[in-house]
Amino acid sequence: MSKVRVLVGTRKGAFILTADGKREKWVVSGPHFAGWEIYHMKGSPLDPDRLYASQSSGWFGQLIQRSSDGGKTWEPVGNKFTYDGIPGTHQWYDGTPHPWEFKRVWHLEPSLTEADTIYAGVEDAAMFRSTDAGQTWEELSGLRKHGSGPRWAPGAGGMGLHTILIDPKNPRRMFIAISAAGAFRTDDGGQTWQPINQGLRSQHMPDPTAEVGHCVHRIAMHPSRPNVLFMQKHWDVMRSDNSGDSWQEVSGNLPTDFGFPIDVHAHEPETIYVVPIKSDSEHFPIDGKLSVYRSRTGGNEWEPLTKGLPQSNCYVNVLRDAMSVDSLDSCGVYFGTTGGQVYASSDAGDSWVPIVRDLPAVLSVEVQTLR
Amino acid sequence: MTSTVIQVVLPQHLRTLARVGAEISLEVEGEVTQRSVLNALEVRYPMLCGTIRDHVTQERRPFLRFFACQEDLSHDSPDAPLPRDVATGKEPFLIVGAIAGG
Repeated sequence: MSKVRVLVGTRKGAFILTADGKREKWVVSGPHFAGWEIYHMKGSPLDPDRLYASQSSGWFGQLIQRSSDGGKTWEPVGNKFTYDGIPGTHQWYDGTPHPWEFKRVWHLEPSLTEADTIYAGVEDAAMFRSTDAGQTWEELSGLRKHGSGPRWAPGAGGMGLHTILIDPKNPRRMFIAISAAGAFRTDDGGQTWQPINQGLRSQHMPDPTAEVGHCVHRIAMHPSRPNVLFMQKHWDVMRSDNSGDSWQEVSGNLPTDFGFPIDVHAHEPETIYVVPIKSDSEHFPIDGKLSVYRSRTGGNEWEPLTKGLPQSNCYVNVLRDAMSVDSLDSCGVYFGTTGGQVYASSDAGDSWVPIVRDLPAVLSVEVQTLR
Repeated sequence: MTSTVIQVVLPQHLRTLARVGAEISLEVEGEVTQRSVLNALEVRYPMLCGTIRDHVTQERRPFLRFFACQEDLSHDSPDAPLPRDVATGKEPFLIVGAIAGG
């Protein structure tokens, strides 16, 4: 029988939630790495019991943990993330040059085709690759050195590379996103990169349509259509039908187009989900009512999904890596909040239940469908 | 080269990471300094690499402190000899997490 495993990274440790395919009764394991920030955990699609976790702390820096038994036991692997060559400078908040400094790993993305290859998106923004299951890391420095690096700037949460999408039809093509630089694409396995931000407008920049500098919060794709991308930007929900060459706004009737996560239904490539947040200075739902919005038309036409979600006095946030879907026949949708709840829907968003509550603030949610 | 066995106390999270108890005995080759102690510690417990000092610059991580014999040695040269009581194993070398919130 199918099983679902939900990997939850929080401000103070990792938790693993499991249920059978009915998704009614959940077993919670954790905290793993108690007291540490777990920015992200993800499993290999080639070996689902091989998990990776990004573990960090202000005191002790960055660690990478790896499990080969689905999270029952863990071992620390390589944590040396050294920029290639002289790192140079990016733009600081006040526009002055600031040296590139490694801070932490925001996102881990195992390869779809090579069991021991995994990518890491880090702060200050850069992409690293390991081909020995996390023991050693090398920077794919063509991204940082492509020319626009000195014009990248941190968002409020830092200058993190937070999104890595691998084209399932062409593993040499990848998409990444950085706050606040924008989206980039490689077609040669990460050697060279080009910015893909045409059509984005960002009022926080002197030139709102500049090639780089956009605060992209998250990008999502459906594996069957890797040329179609959906983006939640600082403000605006966007869509590209040509692998990011150009973008159109699809915010439509959303009550606010600020937010962090965006994801795609496992079986319906035009069904997408966002969590509208009031504004960049008020990081909580409008009027204290937590709502997921779903579009079945690839954007523009959105419906609120509120059944089972708190509709009063709710002032949590949902962070960019904290939403995921399973691939069971009735697609499950999951998201975690900064209030420590993880909500799940086993009916594609029509209704929700908290499958755990009162965890530390949730930083990331990844779902594995185990068959 | 002579070697000395000294005592080192790690903060709780690093004890968990290295799977050791509160105080560990550590054999240090040559003169007992911060650098030689940390070199020996990282050789014996490689999972601690990068957690106490930076991989590249070898500088102490900013929210950690080094204490011994009721003194704060955090800002001493990494190559300065540690107090005699540390070098003889009578007093431990303490690696302490700073009080920094969280």
